Amino acid sequence: MRLVIVRRIYQAFFLLLLIWSCLVTTVGDRWFELRGWPVTWLLELDPLVGLATVLTTGSLYMGLIRGAVTLAATAFLGRFFCGWLCPLGTLQQMVGAWADKHRSRRERAAGRQPHPGQRIKYLLLIGLLTMAAMEIARPLVAFMAWGGWIPPCVVILVGLVLMQWRNPPWAVSAGWTLSTAGGIGLVLGVMLPDHRLLAAGLQTGLLDPIPLVYRSISLVVLPLLSPGAGAIVVAGGLLTGGVFVLVLALSAWRPRFYCRYVCPLGALLGIAARWSLWRMGRRDTGGDACTSCGRCDHHCEGACAPADKIRWTECVLCYNCPGDCPERILGYATPPSTTGEIAGPDLNRRAVIAAGASGAILLPLARLGDPLGVGWKPDLVRPPGALTESEFLNRCIKCGQCMRVCPTHVIQPAVLEAGVEGLWTPYLDFRLGTSGCQHNCIACGHVCPTAAIRPLALDERMGRGRFVDTGPIRIGTAFVDRGRCLPWAMGIPCIVCQENCPVSPKAITTRTVLESVAGLDQLMVNQVRSRSIQLDLPPTRRSLGSGDFFLVGPAGPENALRITGHQANRIELADDPALAALRQEASAAVHVRLQQPFVDPLRCIGCGVCQHECPVSGRAAIRVTSENETRSRAHALLAGTGLPQPKE
Amino acid sequence: MTDLNRREFIHRSVKAGLVSASALGAGWWLHDTDPPVLEPSTQALRGIPDFSKTSDGSPAMAIAKGSDRVDMVGRALGALGGINRFVQPGERVVIKVNAAFASPPAISATSHPDLVEAVVMACRKAGATDVVVTDNPINDPASCFRLTGIGPAAEAAGARVVLPTADQFSGVTLAGGRLIRNWPVLVKPLAKADCLIGLAPLKDHHRSGASMTIKNWYGLLGGRRNVFHQDIHTIIAELAALVRPTLVILDAVSTMMRNGPTGGSISDLADTNTIVAGIDPVAVDAAGAQILGRRLDQLPHLQQAADAGLGTLDYRTLNPVEVP
Repeated sequence: MRLVIVRRIYQAFFLLLLIWSCLVTTVGDRWFELRGWPVTWLLELDPLVGLATVLTTGSLYMGLIRGAVTLAATAFLGRFFCGWLCPLGTLQQMVGAWADKHRSRRERAAGRQPHPGQRIKYLLLIGLLTMAAMEIARPLVAFMAWGGWIPPCVVILVGLVLMQWRNPPWAVSAGWTLSTAGGIGLVLGVMLPDHRLLAAGLQTGLLDPIPLVYRSISLVVLPLLSPGAGAIVVAGGLLTGGVFVLVLALSAWRPRFYCRYVCPLGALLGIAARWSLWRMGRRDTGGDACTSCGRCDHHCEGACAPADKIRWTECVLCYNCPGDCPERILGYATPPSTTGEIAGPDLNRRAVIAAGASGAILLPLARLGDPLGVGWKPDLVRPPGALTESEFLNRCIKCGQCMRVCPTHVIQPAVLEAGVEGLWTPYLDFRLGTSGCQHNCIACGHVCPTAAIRPLALDERMGRGRFVDTGPIRIGTAFVDRGRCLPWAMGIPCIVCQENCPVSPKAITTRTVLESVAGLDQLMVNQVRSRSIQLDLPPTRRSLGSGDFFLVGPAGPENALRITGHQANRIELADDPALAALRQEASAAVHVRLQQPFVDPLRCIGCGVCQHECPVSGRAAIRVTSENETRSRAHALLAGTGLPQPKE
Repeated sequence: MTDLNRREFIHRSVKAGLVSASALGAGWWLHDTDPPVLEPSTQALRGIPDFSKTSDGSPAMAIAKGSDRVDMVGRALGALGGINRFVQPGERVVIKVNAAFASPPAISATSHPDLVEAVVMACRKAGATDVVVTDNPINDPASCFRLTGIGPAAEAAGARVVLPTADQFSGVTLAGGRLIRNWPVLVKPLAKADCLIGLAPLKDHHRSGASMTIKNWYGLLGGRRNVFHQDIHTIIAELAALVRPTLVILDAVSTMMRNGPTGGSISDLADTNTIVAGIDPVAVDAAGAQILGRRLDQLPHLQQAADAGLGTLDYRTLNPVEVP
């Protein structure tokens, strides 16, 4: 079997695996539901996820170790991941092949020549990794400044001396590096100890193709194609889907546009493949068997110029060129190409420094308004188990798995709700979901590949068993908006919120009041007949016989009588009108019995079921904000609560 | 395979092997099978140093009458046995003033600069090598120290003003405390100090009843301390347990009788012409309560502090020296 066919089988398998992984990320035990499928497998094979989280957290979480295997294999084999596994690559290749049908051979070859823009992806990788690596820079700077201003000055001096040596040749670069590092240590560690220049964060998820394709399938394709039409409501579709469509559309213009110019994972794998043992290349011993027919370029996926000096780090191992070569001189073997290779990407030091510096400065700029401190957004409610915001942003790769698995789809991708940094991170939208955050559910943390949402045990979520002391996980607190609440503002009985509060004992309590009804509070009794009373009752659209209304006579509200029937200006009472001193010509007032809701912040967990169910469905009359969320001590609302305290 | 190729192949094999091994090795080394914990493991300090000094039989408390703060505090300190009883030559002193609001001294919402200056000078005269004046005010700190006159007065008398920047705070847990648990406290100035002097104006306080020398320690708390107003008496009683000062001085020369603790008008003030100084903050505050016209049952935190053995509620049993 031709190797190209084998490759296509692999590509089809991994594309189907991706779609399957997204499809079954739904809570349930039917065969097409979660029931233990390894739905994060492909994300974990992605070494960029592993590497970036290692930089921000100093550890490689659970299955992310699979990425190390990918990287290790790439070091020997080249970018097999891009050509054989990556579903985004496969999709682009399919679109590219379709677009190529109408192109002449010359046009096809023209779109497959190496382009200087292919280095952009390396610069993006450097920028994104620098952003993540700032987490390490902080302790390094602190370490350098630990002994005051002398150690960094010594480092600068040593660097300056090295620069003067000029021999061996590395002395100059080493000198530059040392004096720069010393300078940074001196300025940021000693002179500006309270600076905010070393902000770190994980933003690889913006461009990493595996999270990109996961969220595109989970948040756009599957919701669009789900059989229960409109069952899954997802925010931000134009942006999420627009990026996906753009990636595919660009691949119709230039084959694998994203892989060539943008993909930071491809860049990482290209760097790892630099010294690989096996490689594509020309196998004609004399280097003179090539007729320069150019056919090897007709289907080349990587734009790596296989017949020329091959750009080996650009090759995605599509294996199209050996089959296209009429002379059969192209192949995958251990010796380098007979016509030579261009080993690495065309990067100069200035471009690398500029990319790194851009990555380093973006987050300090984004955080000048202190979005993780005093500038926090109270409307940003994260899923239960989400880490403290800075830790969360150090792990979230924007893959959308939590949003896909959420049984109520209350977890939504943020567009600007979580700030610029929080694009595509999960937040709870209590209007869009089919309910609030379900009390007995811990699904999101168990599909999160990086533990940005840590996997909770049900006991911890519910505050049972050994978690009785810490109490349930709170994601926020509900606040009653008394100006919008029907019983509070409009004299209309309601308390849907109280009924639906899933916490036991309930976090929403009510206070019962008897309140006069405007317009019906200064009446005169015309006639009393048994339990039936005729009043000078103005026309009203309220059905006073509903059971919630009472008639108050001269004997006062404490002797109010329930109204059991109402027709025009005649009302029926539940008891003898004399008990309320209602007799002819007596004054009377219609009162309504209201239960007004109160939230007990000691019990509220912020699940938002109340907000979802509130009949004021636009801007609900009870709304959850992230006040008092368990994950942040700074957002504590109550004295003596907050994060679990250390034991004495 | 040519010789050149073979050599290059070996060269490459080594490098590929290194990349591969470092990926796997680092992966293995950094592999973490435990989910992250919610709380970053910051270890809180167990309380703060105890600055109280053993009584040598000298009076525990003095009440001076008059209207000139400098003269009065001098007489009160003299009655207690002189400043040398509290500050030894070469010692470092922290004076915790009340600089809570960016308001002028005339409205008596903050420590009076004359009194600050007098106490700083007394400490310097006693041989203190370093006198720090500090507080974590409610309004903007720099504005508070400037507009209250405390900053310029302290510096003129030879003290350093320490503003409550983030690096001055550390998490502190009070043993047996319910509220002060891993809570940021302004401890850095206290870490190397030998004496702590509390300097508080006597004020009405709408929530707790009175703001006196123990409530003044609230200004050592950082973070979102306003949550403690939900449980004001507990937090004041816990502050009494957390902070054991060398000496406290309560300024009741011009007392804010209502609209506390900010006041804002001299019509809120009454000339009560008293300064109380002592080593027992509960007793000093009990005397202050009387000047303010509060019954002790209106100030549960004083009772709680006394019950916890932190001081004497019936200050008269300490036989305060009255300096007319």
